[in-house]
Amino acid sequence: MANHDIDITVRRGTVHALVGENGAGKSTLMKILYGMQKPDEGTIETDGEQVSFAGPGDAIARGIGMVHQHFMLADNLTVLENVVLGGEKLHGIGNRARARIKEISDAYGLGARPDVLVEDLGVADRQRVEILKVLYRGARTLILDEPTAVLVPQEVDALFDNLRELKAEGLTVIFISHKLGEVLSVADDITVIRRGTTVASVVPSETSPKQLAELMVGSELPSPETRESTVTTTPMLTVDGLRLSAVDSDGAVRTVLDDIALTIHKGEVLGLAGVEGNGQAELVEAIMGMRDPDGGTVTLDGADITHAPTRARREAGVGYIPEDRHRHALLLEAPLWENRILGHVTEAPNSKGALLDLKAARADTERIVADYDVRTPGIEVTAASLSGGNQQKLIVGREMSHRPKLLIAAHPTRGVDVGAQAQIWDQIREARHEGLAVLLISADLDELIGLSDTLRVMYRGRLVADADPATITPEELGSAMTGAATGHLEHVDDDAHGADGGEGE
Amino acid sequence: MKKLDKNKLILAVAAPLLAIVAALVITSVIIAATGKDPLHAYQVMVDFGSKSDSQVWIINKATPYYLSALAVAIGFRMNLFNIGVDGQYRIAAFFAAVVGGSLTLPGFVQIPLVILVAMVVGAIWAGIAGLLKTTRGVSEVISTIMLNSIGASVIGYFLQDGRLAIKEGNLIHTPYLPDSAHFFEIPTTPKPVYGFVIVAALAGLVYWFVLSRTRFGFDLRTVGRSESAAQAGGVSVKRMVVTSMVLSGAVAGLVGMPTLLGVSYNYGTDFPAGIGFTGIAIALLGRNHPIGMALGALLWGFLERTGTQLEFEGYAQEIVGVIQGVIVLCVVIAYEIVRRYGLRTQQRKVGEELAAQARKSDKAEVTA
Repeated sequence: MANHDIDITVRRGTVHALVGENGAGKSTLMKILYGMQKPDEGTIETDGEQVSFAGPGDAIARGIGMVHQHFMLADNLTVLENVVLGGEKLHGIGNRARARIKEISDAYGLGARPDVLVEDLGVADRQRVEILKVLYRGARTLILDEPTAVLVPQEVDALFDNLRELKAEGLTVIFISHKLGEVLSVADDITVIRRGTTVASVVPSETSPKQLAELMVGSELPSPETRESTVTTTPMLTVDGLRLSAVDSDGAVRTVLDDIALTIHKGEVLGLAGVEGNGQAELVEAIMGMRDPDGGTVTLDGADITHAPTRARREAGVGYIPEDRHRHALLLEAPLWENRILGHVTEAPNSKGALLDLKAARADTERIVADYDVRTPGIEVTAASLSGGNQQKLIVGREMSHRPKLLIAAHPTRGVDVGAQAQIWDQIREARHEGLAVLLISADLDELIGLSDTLRVMYRGRLVADADPATITPEELGSAMTGAATGHLEHVDDDAHGADGGEGE
Repeated sequence: MKKLDKNKLILAVAAPLLAIVAALVITSVIIAATGKDPLHAYQVMVDFGSKSDSQVWIINKATPYYLSALAVAIGFRMNLFNIGVDGQYRIAAFFAAVVGGSLTLPGFVQIPLVILVAMVVGAIWAGIAGLLKTTRGVSEVISTIMLNSIGASVIGYFLQDGRLAIKEGNLIHTPYLPDSAHFFEIPTTPKPVYGFVIVAALAGLVYWFVLSRTRFGFDLRTVGRSESAAQAGGVSVKRMVVTSMVLSGAVAGLVGMPTLLGVSYNYGTDFPAGIGFTGIAIALLGRNHPIGMALGALLWGFLERTGTQLEFEGYAQEIVGVIQGVIVLCVVIAYEIVRRYGLRTQQRKVGEELAAQARKSDKAEVTA
């Protein structure tokens, strides 16, 4: 049973936040509300009327819409086309649809540009397209599944402004998040879910992030802080003059990495801040050998690996926690033990010579499941049947099991609950103690600042700024991420200074 | 955990069962619609199919079918659709026949040589499609279809009196293979079974072993399941595309061997064609599983054998083709339904078990 005895009442015209650990049953509850799954017992009422949903179609007909965590947009279509896709009967696909989109966009301040291709949009804009899609279908209640996970602070603020607009127009928003500070700032009511049941309903004015976290996990709020430095002077990864260009969809050659130079020492965590799409993914792929750079060198522990194949790099001790675990770190329909082999098929205990060692691989999967607290009934279940947090714990366990020299961690705790988050942080810290070098990329600026020994900011393919994590604030980092500040970032106590630089885009 | 395994087993049996039942129902309706008695048709098929000469015929027919299905399945496991098995095995058999017909060596050299030539030619022919895909981005579906007709033209050009073939009555074929190149037969009554069935079984075994027990096989399956995850995991996807096409083509090269080394001893205008397409159907039917495909190949042989008998009993000649098509469709649909159902129930079960565990530990906390 993923949910039991859930009681939740959402008032019209409010933002209602739903918080809880991953695997606590939030997603299941959302699926039930959206008609993707049927409850075994209990009732749902909308506007005082008892309803039962046979599928999302019914929910949409009742005015309930969902904005998924993973955007469901067709990249090669325009905003207009994406919005009308599947809803062609509402207002056609031509001028009527365009007028309606304009109307909605203006009413809620979504700033939609109907003829832009979705692939040219940033994350925040894509999210607004998703919201637009739902509103276009006549939703009066919006469910947003972790909408802020992919946004920088400034974008989060813009999103919250949109949500307040929606609320002002009498729409209802159900908002799922891990980030308690955000929840407190935007929600009118908060419901906490733990282990599949509602444990508390609170209003923001009467609670604090700490209390909320304790309600969620029943224990202390973990913190990513690492203050005791383990940085050595031995370079582990040196990237020098790295350049990479890519052909974009229009056929134009674009420089995605421009003269990147960085050094990560043994025992150092280098945090890379940046709005998504500024070259972080390409940098990671160049270091992993998934893209061949046009110039520059990549040196791992004294060995030049600039053009080495990915497998050689993995064997040489590069661990990789990718940003998109479904695409790059898991075989969703394969059992857990096969996922444990993925990426390390040539290494012990997974194989002996050219043959797989299934017995050892299975045994080691059991070990990872136990050591890293992967909540699963066994190792024969498919990776798809685990919750996101547990999938991530398996990936972290797998990568750490091969004692990496360098760990590339892209958003290592994205979509992971508070408990697992603390665990993953602990593991990174522990390995760092033993001389692990870490390249950390995260949209969670608290995590980035808390874990890193050194911070660099990436903007349009260049490393434009650096900062000391001991003094910098998320807001200051955020404004550098939009290109408003460069060079060495100094913390200033005076809020007026540099605060208006963030609107540069 | 045990329970999940049992469920898996039930699901594994459910899919083919569902498919067979559905296929039987649909074909019964079709036969009834032609105004004939479906039950009698099944009776005739079972009676005739179980005769010993039918059994030999079915096994001999199934051998090349099975090899063809293996060749297709190697591609399928990689998410590659090798439609070109048909062209690959024909051009392979043709050149193997030419080489075999021009040499007279002791059997233990001659036979492996002929087989090797066939595998190499098949591998090259399929490899072209692999290279086109990795270097120029040409879909293997398109290129293998094209290569099929190019292959047919190449054979047509060389298979002429005075070029690489000789004329014998109305038939044109390559010179006969010497006696030393005759593959052994398994003496059964009333007719022998081709010895090549052993090679086919071995090929199935190797297929299973390489795919599920070796690093290479794991890499290959990884690419088939998720190209992006494979690449991030260190598999060179491009190289894997070429390698698997080459392997698929090499196995395709074996498809013509039972006929060449066991029946015709030459490649002529009457050399069996179309086995490559049959292989696609059987690979779908057997879900790329070595045993599943063996059963599929035998079923195919059975249907073809008994179909001829149905004609004598006054049934429409096309009915067997219809049954084959219906079976493949039913299998594909049934497996998809069962797969989705399985994934869903598993997800629910995992959730339930975790919730149960959580409640237990909750209680423990309370009592502690």
